[in-house]
Amino acid sequence: MTLRRIFIIATICFFGMGLLISQANAFKGSYKVGAVFSVTGRASFLGDPEKKTVEMLAEKINAAGGINGKKLELVIYDDEGDATKCNLAVKKLITRDKVCAVIGPSLSGLSLAVIPVAEQNKTPLVSCAASYKIVHNEKTGKPYHWVFKTPQSDSMAVKAIYTHLKNRGITKIAIMSVTTGYGASGRSELIRLAPEFNMNIIADEKYGPKDTDMTAQLTKIKGMAPAAIVNWSIGPTQVTMIRNWKDLGMTAIPLYQSHGFGSRKNIELAAGAAEGVLCPLGACNIAELLPADHPQKSVTMDYLKSYTAKYNEPLSSFGGHGWDALQLVVDALSAAGDDKAAIRDYLEKKKGFVGQHGIFNFSPDDHNGLTKAAFSMVIVKDNDWALVD
Amino acid sequence: MEKITLASQLLQYLITGLTVGSVYAMVAVGFNIIYNVTEIINFAQGEFVMLGGLIMVFMNVAMGLPLILAFLATIILVTLVGILMDRLAIRPIRRPSVLTLIIATIAVSILIKGTASFIWGKDPFDLPAFSGRNPITFLGAVVQPQYFWVIGFLIVTAVALSIFFDRTIIGKAMSACADNPNAASLVGINVKQMILLSFALSAAIGAVAGITVTPISLMEYDRGAMLAVKGFGAAILGGLGSFPGAILGGLIMGSIESFGAGLISSGYKDAFALIVLLVILFFKPSGLLGSIEISRIKRF
Amino acid sequence: MLRIAKLPIAVFALAIMVFPWTAHRIPAIEHYPDIMVFAGIYCLITMGLSLLMGYAGQISIGHAAFFGIGAYISAILTTNYGMNPWACMVIGMAVTAVVAVLVGAPSLKLRGHYLAMATLAFGIIIFIIFNEEIEWTGGPDGMSGIPGLTLFGFEFNSVERYYYLVWGFVIAAFIFTVNVIQSGTGRALRAIHASEPAARAMGVDVSRFKILVFVYSAVLASLAGSLYAHYLNFVNPATFDLFFSIKLLIMIALGGMHNIWGAIVGTGLITFLSNEWLYYFEEFEVIVYGAILLFVTVLLPDGLAGVPGIVKGWFRK
Repeated sequence: MTLRRIFIIATICFFGMGLLISQANAFKGSYKVGAVFSVTGRASFLGDPEKKTVEMLAEKINAAGGINGKKLELVIYDDEGDATKCNLAVKKLITRDKVCAVIGPSLSGLSLAVIPVAEQNKTPLVSCAASYKIVHNEKTGKPYHWVFKTPQSDSMAVKAIYTHLKNRGITKIAIMSVTTGYGASGRSELIRLAPEFNMNIIADEKYGPKDTDMTAQLTKIKGMAPAAIVNWSIGPTQVTMIRNWKDLGMTAIPLYQSHGFGSRKNIELAAGAAEGVLCPLGACNIAELLPADHPQKSVTMDYLKSYTAKYNEPLSSFGGHGWDALQLVVDALSAAGDDKAAIRDYLEKKKGFVGQHGIFNFSPDDHNGLTKAAFSMVIVKDNDWALVD
Repeated sequence: MEKITLASQLLQYLITGLTVGSVYAMVAVGFNIIYNVTEIINFAQGEFVMLGGLIMVFMNVAMGLPLILAFLATIILVTLVGILMDRLAIRPIRRPSVLTLIIATIAVSILIKGTASFIWGKDPFDLPAFSGRNPITFLGAVVQPQYFWVIGFLIVTAVALSIFFDRTIIGKAMSACADNPNAASLVGINVKQMILLSFALSAAIGAVAGITVTPISLMEYDRGAMLAVKGFGAAILGGLGSFPGAILGGLIMGSIESFGAGLISSGYKDAFALIVLLVILFFKPSGLLGSIEISRIKRF
Repeated sequence: MLRIAKLPIAVFALAIMVFPWTAHRIPAIEHYPDIMVFAGIYCLITMGLSLLMGYAGQISIGHAAFFGIGAYISAILTTNYGMNPWACMVIGMAVTAVVAVLVGAPSLKLRGHYLAMATLAFGIIIFIIFNEEIEWTGGPDGMSGIPGLTLFGFEFNSVERYYYLVWGFVIAAFIFTVNVIQSGTGRALRAIHASEPAARAMGVDVSRFKILVFVYSAVLASLAGSLYAHYLNFVNPATFDLFFSIKLLIMIALGGMHNIWGAIVGTGLITFLSNEWLYYFEEFEVIVYGAILLFVTVLLPDGLAGVPGIVKGWFRK
C-alpha cells in the first residue's frame, strides 16, 4: 500500500511542478520569436538539425549583444510530425507565449495546416518546408499575406535534375519515391514537370519509409531499361536503395537523388556504393567547393565550421533552412522592431539577403525569393562531393 | 547492360521476398515463444530486433570486437533486456488481464525506443556484411551474400528450437506451461521461471534477426514497431503458437510484398500482404497451421 | 458497475461548462481549452471503444481508420464539392457504419488476438489508401483549406465556441452511452464478455450485438473525425496511423477498461500528457511517457478509475 501512496503523491508533485515551471516567464527587454520543428518523430531528419541550428544561431546573436541591445528569446516546440501537436504549438506560441513571429514548421503538410492560424492571428510565419503551395494561395494566385518560406521549392530541385538529364540527352527515366510527404511531393513535381523537359517516365515505383529492401522495385525498373533513375527519399531507405542499385549491377544507369541526400553521412553509410550518384545541392552543403569569390562563401563556411564544431556531426541539407528563417526574422527585428505588421512588411521588401541556401529577393508576388540557381549539381567522387560542370 | 528476362525477374522477387520474409518469420517465432507460455502478444518484440542491430553496431564497429565475439555479446545483452522486461514490467503486475499485459509490453516498447534514441540518436547505422558485399549472380538474379546469412539463421533457429522443445526437459516443461499452466505448476514446474525463460529466448531470437538484417537495411531507433506489426501478421497468418506456422507465415508475407511490389503496385505492397491475411483469417479463423481448439482455450 | 449515478454526470457537465471561463483567467493555462477541444474529440472515440472493449470484450486496433474515414469524407466533400459540412458529417457517419458492418461481420467471428490482428490490418490498409489515393486525399501532405462549421449564421470560429460544440456532443454521447449500458443491451454485452456460449444459451443474439456495438463505436469515431477536420481545417494520413489506434487503447486501459468514466479520465490524461505536460522533459519526453504508462499498468491494474476504490480502502483500514 505504501508504494501506491508514494506513487500517487509523486504524481501530484509531478504535475504541480509542471504548472510551476510553465509559469516561469518573460525576460524583460527581449524579443520573443517562436519556432515549431519536427524535432522527433517521422520527420526528425528535418527538425533535429533545424533546432540545433537555430539554437546555435540564437546563442551567437545573444553573445554578440543581442538585437538592438535586447535579448533574442527563442521558444521552440516539437510537433513530432503530428498535425494536432503542430496546430496546438503554433496557437500556444501566439496566444500564450506572445511571440512576434514564428519560424517553421519543418513539414510541408504541417505548414499548410497552420497557415490559417497565422493568417487569423496576423502573425508572420516563416516556414522551413519546401512545398510551393505554402507561398501560393490557389484561390487568389498570390502568396498568403503573413506566410513566407525559406527552402527552395521541390520544383527547383526537379528542374535542376531535368536540365542536367536533358543536357546529357536522356529522356527515358524511371522514378522512385518513398511514401511520405517528402517523397510524394518530389514525385508529383517530377510527374508535373516531365512534359516541359520532354521526359518520358516509364516506371513510377514506391517504397515505405521503414522498408528493409528495394530490390523488387529496382528489378522491375531493370527490366524496363530506362536511361536514368531519379530517386526521391530521405533516411535509411535512400542508402539501402543505392546499395541495391549497385548490387543489381545497375551502375550503368545513372542514379539521381534528391537534395535530401546532401549529408556526407549518407555517402559514408552507402559504404562505397554511392560512387557516381548525382544530386542537386544548395550552397551550404558544398561550402568548401565554392570559389572564394562566391557571394555565399563566407556565410556558408562560417555555418559549416561552427555547426560541425558544436555538434560534432556532418551538416545535413535541412539545418540551413532554419538558419535562413531565423536570420531573416532577426534582420527584420533589428530594422523594424517587434511589431508583427512591421516584420511582415520588412520581409516582403527584403532584397539580396545572403542565406545558406541562396540569395533571397522577396516581393509581394514571391514570398520565397529563390530561383533555380540556388541549386548546383554535384556527383559523389572518391567518397566526397564534386561539382559537375 | 543486358536486359533482364521475366524469369530472372520472378526469381529475383522470390529471393528478395524470402529474405525479407525470414526476418518477419524470426520476429513471429519470438512472438510465439512468449505467447505459448503466457498468452501475451509482446509488442516489444520488434524493439529486440532494433536493439540487436544497434548493439551489434556498437560492439563490432565502435568497440572493434571480432564478429563472433560481438555477436555473442550482443545476444547476451539483448537477452538481459528481455529478462529485465519480465522482472520489472510483466511479473509485478497484480491481477493481470491479457489487455493489461499487452499495454505493459507497449509501454516497454516505448521505453526501449526512447532510450535507444537517447543513446544512439535518430540516425541510421550500418554494419559491415558478414562475408563481404560482392553479389552473386544466379540464373540472372542477384543474391547478396548477406541473404544467405539471414535465411541460414532462420533455419538454424528453427532447428534449434524444435530440438529444444522436443528433446530437452526444460523445453518440454515450457511446452507444458503452454498447454496448461495450472497443471504444469501442479507437477512441479516453476511457471514463473518458464515465463522468464520465454522472454529471454525470444529476446535472443529477436537479436539474431536484428544482427543479420542490419547489413542489408541499416538500423535506426524506430524500426522496431513496423517489424513487430509484420511479425505479428506473420504469426497470425501461420496460426498463433505454431512454430512451423510462424516460419511459413513470415515467408508468405515477405513474398507477397516482393511480388506485389514487382508485379502490381509498389505503393500498395503492404496492403496486399494484409488483404491476403484478412481473407485467410475469414476462411480459416485460426491461421494456416493454428488449431482452433488451442485458440478456444486461450482466454483474452 | 452497471449503475451509473446521475449526480456525477451533472457535476462533470458543470465543470466542463465553467472550465474555459476559469482557464481564461490563469495565464499559465490560458491555452488549455484548445487542448480540451482535442480531448473532447478523442473522448467521443474512446467512449464507443470502451463500450466495445470494456463491456462487450471485443478488441479493436483499427479505430483510427473510422476516425480517418469521417475526417476525410468531411474534408473531401466540403473542399472539393462545396457541400454543407453538417450534411457531410451525417454522410460520413453513414458510410462509416456501412464500412463497419462490412468489416465487422466477418472480423467479429474471430477471437482474441486474431480479432486484434484483423482490425489492425484493416486500420493499416485504410491508412495506405489515405496515403496512396493522392488525387482524392492529397497523399501524405494531406488536405488543407477545409471550411469551419457554421450553424444558422453562427460561426464556430473561436476556441471557446468550438469547445462548447465538441463537449456538447461528448455529453450527449455520454448520456446516450450510459443509457445503453444500463439497458438490456448493456446486460447482453456484459453477458457476451463473461461467456459467449452462456450468453448464446440464454438467447442473446451474440453476433448481432457485437456488430451493433462495433458499428456504434465506429460511427462515434467518424463523428469525431468530422469535428477534427473542421476544427483543424486540415487532415493528413499520419493522424490516423496505427500508433493512434494504439494510443486509443492506452487511453482506455489507463483510465480503466470496465468503466465509462475511465475512458474519459484516461483520454484527458493522455491528451494533456502528450500535448502539453511532457514538453518540459524535452528529449526525455518519450522515456517519461513510457515510464508513466508502465507505472500505471503495474500499480493500478484497474486504471485510474480504480483509484477512488483504493482511496476508500485506505480509510476503511
